[in-house]
Amino acid sequence: MAGIGISAYGVYIPRYRLSRKAISAAMGWLSPGALPGEKAVANYDEDSLTMAVAAGMDCLMGADRAGVDGLYFASTTFPYRERESAAIIATALDLSPNIRTADFADSLKAGTSAILSACDSVKAEGVRSILVCGSDYRLAKPGSPQEMVFGDGAAALLLGNSRVIASLEGWYSTSYDFPDYRRSEDDKFVRAVEDRFVREEGYAKFIPEAILGLLRKYELETKDFAKVAYPCLNLREHAAIGKRLGFQPSQIKEPLFTAIGESGAASPLMLLVAMLEEAKPGDNILLTSYGNGAEAVLFKVTGEIEKVRDRERLKKRLAFKKELTSYEKYLAFRGIIPVEVGPGGEVAPTQLPLTWRERRVILALYGSKCQRCGTPQYPPQRICVNPDCGAVDEMEDYRFSDKRGVVFSYTADHVASSIDPPLLYGMIDFDGGGRFVFEFTDYERDLLKVGMPVEMSLRRKYFDKPRGIHGYFWKAIPIRE
Amino acid sequence: MPEGIKDKVAIIGMGCTKFGELWDKSAEDLMVEAFQEALEDAGIEKKDIQAAWQGNQFTEVNIGHSALPLATTLKLPFIPVTRVENLCASGTEALRGACYAVASGACDIALALGVEKVKDLGFGGLPRANEDIVSLGTRGRVIFPNWVNPNPGMFAMMAIKYFERYGLSIEEGKTALAKVSVKSHHNGALNPKAHLRREITVEDVLNAPIIAWPLGLFDSCGVSDGAAAAILVRADMAKSFRPDPVYIKALQVATESGESLMYTGYDYTHVETTHRAAIKAYQEAGIKNAREEISMMEAHDCFSITELVTYEDLMISPRGKAKEDIDAGFFELDGEIPCQPDGGLKCFGHPIGASGLRMLYEMYKQLQGKAGPRQIKNPRLGLTHNLGGQPPLSICSVCIVGL
Repeated sequence: MAGIGISAYGVYIPRYRLSRKAISAAMGWLSPGALPGEKAVANYDEDSLTMAVAAGMDCLMGADRAGVDGLYFASTTFPYRERESAAIIATALDLSPNIRTADFADSLKAGTSAILSACDSVKAEGVRSILVCGSDYRLAKPGSPQEMVFGDGAAALLLGNSRVIASLEGWYSTSYDFPDYRRSEDDKFVRAVEDRFVREEGYAKFIPEAILGLLRKYELETKDFAKVAYPCLNLREHAAIGKRLGFQPSQIKEPLFTAIGESGAASPLMLLVAMLEEAKPGDNILLTSYGNGAEAVLFKVTGEIEKVRDRERLKKRLAFKKELTSYEKYLAFRGIIPVEVGPGGEVAPTQLPLTWRERRVILALYGSKCQRCGTPQYPPQRICVNPDCGAVDEMEDYRFSDKRGVVFSYTADHVASSIDPPLLYGMIDFDGGGRFVFEFTDYERDLLKVGMPVEMSLRRKYFDKPRGIHGYFWKAIPIRE
Repeated sequence: MPEGIKDKVAIIGMGCTKFGELWDKSAEDLMVEAFQEALEDAGIEKKDIQAAWQGNQFTEVNIGHSALPLATTLKLPFIPVTRVENLCASGTEALRGACYAVASGACDIALALGVEKVKDLGFGGLPRANEDIVSLGTRGRVIFPNWVNPNPGMFAMMAIKYFERYGLSIEEGKTALAKVSVKSHHNGALNPKAHLRREITVEDVLNAPIIAWPLGLFDSCGVSDGAAAAILVRADMAKSFRPDPVYIKALQVATESGESLMYTGYDYTHVETTHRAAIKAYQEAGIKNAREEISMMEAHDCFSITELVTYEDLMISPRGKAKEDIDAGFFELDGEIPCQPDGGLKCFGHPIGASGLRMLYEMYKQLQGKAGPRQIKNPRLGLTHNLGGQPPLSICSVCIVGL
């Protein structure tokens, strides 16, 4: 399988952090004891799909999107039970419709399953690369042990056969119907069996089994690896597993447990990104997932790693954070407690033929660019909006989602209905031309200024609850650099 | 430039209800009340009316679709009745339909009536849910921020740009805007038909809760129930009905082409449609210098910033100099060009489809010398400015009337 592996990576961690101390302060009366650190929590307008798009955007920045022949999405938290999320993500990322898409679901090891399947796919004729996105935002019941553990985030990997920065060298998979976590049709929260049972019968057995299996399969020893990473359900047990297997503490990748939390199907992908950001050419890196068994995957880092654009992206995402000081706000963001958002919170019936027809306009932020006068415009126009031009039907498609812009004007609307008032929005002038009104997100009114640079981020704009439709659209985020 | 309708159409009767949160009144009550006042004022009978126009925006609240609500409420005798809608400029659109019909000779006597019954919603502000306030169709719901009611924010953004362009700190800018509202509250307190009748101070405005940054509660007009009506006749017939008919000198509408929203040429410190409509209206009316010739006006002060930029867009104040005129009391009731003598949208109230005709009602009464404690001395020309939409996506009508 030489020559197949990772050619690019991307990562996304939501901006908000909830300290485990804050959870304990709110829920300690019910379940005493706090874990150390904080967990990343999605903003109210984010879900696994939007975070996957953000990671995908990061991964594909500067890449030829036409060269991507598939998109696999791994998660346990899809916006829809039926309606493929991978297809929505592929549309948002402006991939060709002539690709393979699939959702890898239901297991925490879905991330590594998707990676291995993508590598298998690349072996097929005509498939150059597959983008794998892993993203999760699992919901734990307030006061449950899982509430302390789960964190939100996403990562993306481009698996292909050219410019490989880490080649796939081996794998070892196991599959068990282990009843650690479950959600049935009507469950809102993840149900878990007793913590100690999960730890002792599952976690502490499956990960060593997979790693030892891989070592045996390829006749390797623990000292052959520069780094090994596996998810963390429990800090003490995480360290104990590595020790039992004979790894030095310096070989074990810090599992991001105190900075992000356990990010479900995204977790192994995120750990892989963490290893890649520190890896040197020639390093063997060993990734292991956990969930209904485990999967150990071995990569060998190549010299291409040194050509990767910015290898501090995970570090930067970790630094780009804001503490969510109100536990109640977290509950409201996640829909755990209903809050009064006013009558404007009612949503008009979504018109699906329209959202289908305009899918590129809405999901990939496509406008048009006049071929006569060169004016980009959003939404796309038949007749050029430039008053000195007015050309009819001389437009070419023009993608705004990856363009940066500046704030032309802004407001903070206190009467708009929002779960996180005031609603911030403003006029954005795109670099290279084009202007439209967008909401801002992940930002505060007091800091908004005319002339600020912004970048675009796909967010959940509304939820049409009576019809069960998630409305996604792009918002602007002021760039902090 | 076409010759226009100057002095071809006259107003012989007008009616206007009290505006407010009229919980005990239906749209029918409001239409009948405005219509009966206009009819009596004109001294004609219902059977004399040959065509009618109904202006209103929100069909989903109380009123319903089509012009049938007007025809069946007033029991109009099988004449042509048309409903028109151009957002907050709907009232002036009804007037325009009636004026053009009379001016063209299609009929001699026509009715324009604007009505809105929004307070049946059961919450403050404008209708939501199934209504598209943003005029970008159902796609607007998906792509526009706060599509249910982007008005406060979209006007607030104009204040940000205006302050920035003319080097005003937020406090300086907000203080100038506060004086606009204080003036309107003063006038509204003198008007028994006004929705809000309380004097306020600059401090009240500056200390009020924020609606959309940087605009606060007293920078924003409320929403009201109400109706207003006008009876229009051929100018050459007007004096046979009354000695003091009021003549239409100009009536112009400008509608945004899209460039203010989607093209980077727009500066967001003015409203282009107002400026364009004003140029044409002054041409039609034969006005060379608006600051010298206009006696008084009713501007569409949905927000204080709208009124401020309107002074400039109408070429009453030079660009960037509105603040100086405000500070000098130029637009106050005893100033050179009183603006909002009836209290404006800010205090008289804003039943969307009725507002354009309400503005005309005040100009009509002032010209006839019947404005009571608000009477302006010897006005010659009155101007109404009726704006629909938001600064980058608007429809503006400018009407000029005189004796």
